[in-house]
Amino acid sequence: MHSILARFADCAFWMARYMERAENLARILDVNETFAQDRLRTEDWLPVVEINSDTSRLYAKYPTPTVADILAFYMVDNENPTSIISAVRMARENARMLRHLISTEMWTHLNIFYNELRDLSPADVRLSRLAAFCGTVKENSQTHVGIADGTTYRDEVWFFMQLGRFVERADQTTRLLDIKYSHLAPHTAEAGTPTDASQWNAVLRSAAGYHAFRRMHARGMRPDDVAGFLLFDDHFPRSVRHCVDRISELLAGLAVLHRRPRDERNAALVTLREAFGDGDIERVLNSGLHEFLDWAQLELNRLTGELGHSFFGAEDSTQQGQVS
Amino acid sequence: MTLFAVNGEGDAAYSAGSFYCEMVGRHGRPADHTQPIRTRLNGFPTSELVTRAGSAERELYNLGITFTLYSGATTTDRVLPFDLIPRVLSPQEWQTIETGVAQRVRALNLFLHDIYHDQHILNDGTVPRELVVGNPTFRPEMVGVDLPHMAYVNICGTDIVRDDRGDFVVLEDNCRTPSGVSYVIENRHMMLRAFPELTEDIRLRPVSNYGVVLKEAMLNMAPAGASDPQVVLLSPGSFNSAYFEHVFLAREMGVPLVEGRDLFVDEDDHVYMRTTAGAKQVDVIYRRLNDDFLDPEAFRPDSMLGVPGLMRSYRKGKVSLANGVGTGAADDKAVYAYVPRIIKYYLDQEPILPNVQTNICREADAMRFTMDHLEELVVKPVAEAGGYGITVGPVASREEIDACRDSLKADPANYISQPLVQLSVCPTLIGHQIEPRHVDLRPFAVTSDETWVLPGGLTRVALPKGSYVVNSSQGGGSKDTWVLA
Repeated sequence: MHSILARFADCAFWMARYMERAENLARILDVNETFAQDRLRTEDWLPVVEINSDTSRLYAKYPTPTVADILAFYMVDNENPTSIISAVRMARENARMLRHLISTEMWTHLNIFYNELRDLSPADVRLSRLAAFCGTVKENSQTHVGIADGTTYRDEVWFFMQLGRFVERADQTTRLLDIKYSHLAPHTAEAGTPTDASQWNAVLRSAAGYHAFRRMHARGMRPDDVAGFLLFDDHFPRSVRHCVDRISELLAGLAVLHRRPRDERNAALVTLREAFGDGDIERVLNSGLHEFLDWAQLELNRLTGELGHSFFGAEDSTQQGQVS
Repeated sequence: MTLFAVNGEGDAAYSAGSFYCEMVGRHGRPADHTQPIRTRLNGFPTSELVTRAGSAERELYNLGITFTLYSGATTTDRVLPFDLIPRVLSPQEWQTIETGVAQRVRALNLFLHDIYHDQHILNDGTVPRELVVGNPTFRPEMVGVDLPHMAYVNICGTDIVRDDRGDFVVLEDNCRTPSGVSYVIENRHMMLRAFPELTEDIRLRPVSNYGVVLKEAMLNMAPAGASDPQVVLLSPGSFNSAYFEHVFLAREMGVPLVEGRDLFVDEDDHVYMRTTAGAKQVDVIYRRLNDDFLDPEAFRPDSMLGVPGLMRSYRKGKVSLANGVGTGAADDKAVYAYVPRIIKYYLDQEPILPNVQTNICREADAMRFTMDHLEELVVKPVAEAGGYGITVGPVASREEIDACRDSLKADPANYISQPLVQLSVCPTLIGHQIEPRHVDLRPFAVTSDETWVLPGGLTRVALPKGSYVVNSSQGGGSKDTWVLA
């Protein structure tokens, strides 16, 4: 098996990450609309801004943001690096670098998808169109994954794409949970009320996990069950545990490809496997869900940094290729 | 009334005027080989052509088969306009072009080897020494360097036009990093998808094996002793206007598409690329980077695109570059005038493809003649590419002629002049009409131990009415080029 250029490994990782990010941003916007007490009120959209750490960026551009401003900021604002269009643009730019290593189908699909987003008119960027917009983004991200699965040669490009996808998905699942936490925090009195149950229901649905959850938990919608499911279930494809397991397998597979011993030096991976391998939701809730989610996000960042050192030539003084 | 006359019968809507037409020929010299194609085209209403052209263009855009246009600080991705009506060459016409191109490439490679070694052709004055050695395209670093198969120009694009008599003449040789071959192959794909009925039962020479032949040639160029040579394609990067072509060629050859930052030269003078599993040796580099940018240690020190130490490795024969360094000395517009003599000198043959008669303005007589006939001549700067800086006398305004005269006076040696060749035309879909537009032809020759010419080549078409400038940066489009089997 030929090794690919370090730069292309980096590009494959980030192409997949950005597509996964676009999908999850759409999921977050979608679920936030459901949570909003009054979806026309700016305050009800600020949790999205907080979990993306965009507060200063948003207010720099819109000193008094309206709901329409926030939606435009996340849907189609090319200057906002955390917008959906930026994620898709970055995915496309990385794909452009990789074009000779990926299928024509994959490139063409990304190209068409980006051009569609770019050509959206202001009339398309409205609250009443948000659900349809999020649906389109999710569908295109899933098409991308399907094309990848059906057309990618199983060499390193594939491994790094998968790594990028699962790292991003794990990170985004923690953010999705955090959204619920943010909405809940000022209204703790609501815990256990019908509103609360319906919000947990919405979190599950936004992660496409309602039916899987129902099969595991025949009745009820207990918050600790839902959070436990999204964090620790080992069969649900968007759970953090599942993603960490896949990352672990992928790194083991790469070690085989490179004919080197299984790489246990990735300290962040070791820590994450410990935390999620025998995760206990009671303990997490007692010591603070939000803090745990923050910690997991930092560990995932550390894992990415270590991948950079192992594979992407990040120790070089010259900044390697990926567009990020 | 039909679009084209068939068997010389009937009134035709299409007329090429006084020009030679690739589809119908000219009075006394009809293009009989296109008869079946004309018959078929007559069967399509123009509205049908318009519909199909629209979907072809959309498809090119979706596929990202685009080039990047720079205008000040802004860049735009553009589709090279594709015209559905093919340019068709007969087997006999193709044989002339194929043998003529191969002959030129052979002579130019011998010329390059000579000027970088014994310099016989300069010593005996067949080509003026100062024209070659005094030219910035001549690379003193290459003196005494031996290349595999003495092949300097591995990929050559020869710009050929047809005059009003219907004869082929060479406008220029492109021996550095000629581009456009990806469009030859993509245009064929597009043609077969958009217009399958037109090609049915007509046997065409295929173009799809270009990548295979190119890869084979690159492997042939590997330094002696390299077993299982590693070939890479070196691109300036994804913001280069020809990036799509670099992607295309890397895919077709199945080789990594690298940038300068992916490569380094070690203390052993070998070239390596940075992979996920460490450094891997590189043996052959198909570079789409000009000499100037290749190696900041040897050439432009400000180049961020190149590889420091690359020339050191190359001169020691530890890596091969295609095309070789210093090939610009063979396609310089001033050297062009001497190519017929160069062919005679090394091969003892008459040129199969003639040159356009060329006045070298560095010579006093030629300069005087040029100044006296500016309104009739095409004046070209010798150092420019892409059709920039050309003044076409017969269609130029008073002001353009005056500006040209001033430039000539300021630096005669920078210019050549030629009579305006009445380029042949080809029927082209313009809006909702089929109109004659001028075309040229750039066949691509691949050379290692021998030369192979891709059947056909890139037919570029000048879309503005009456325009002779076919360059994509200046309103040019392209057509599928058919060589009948």
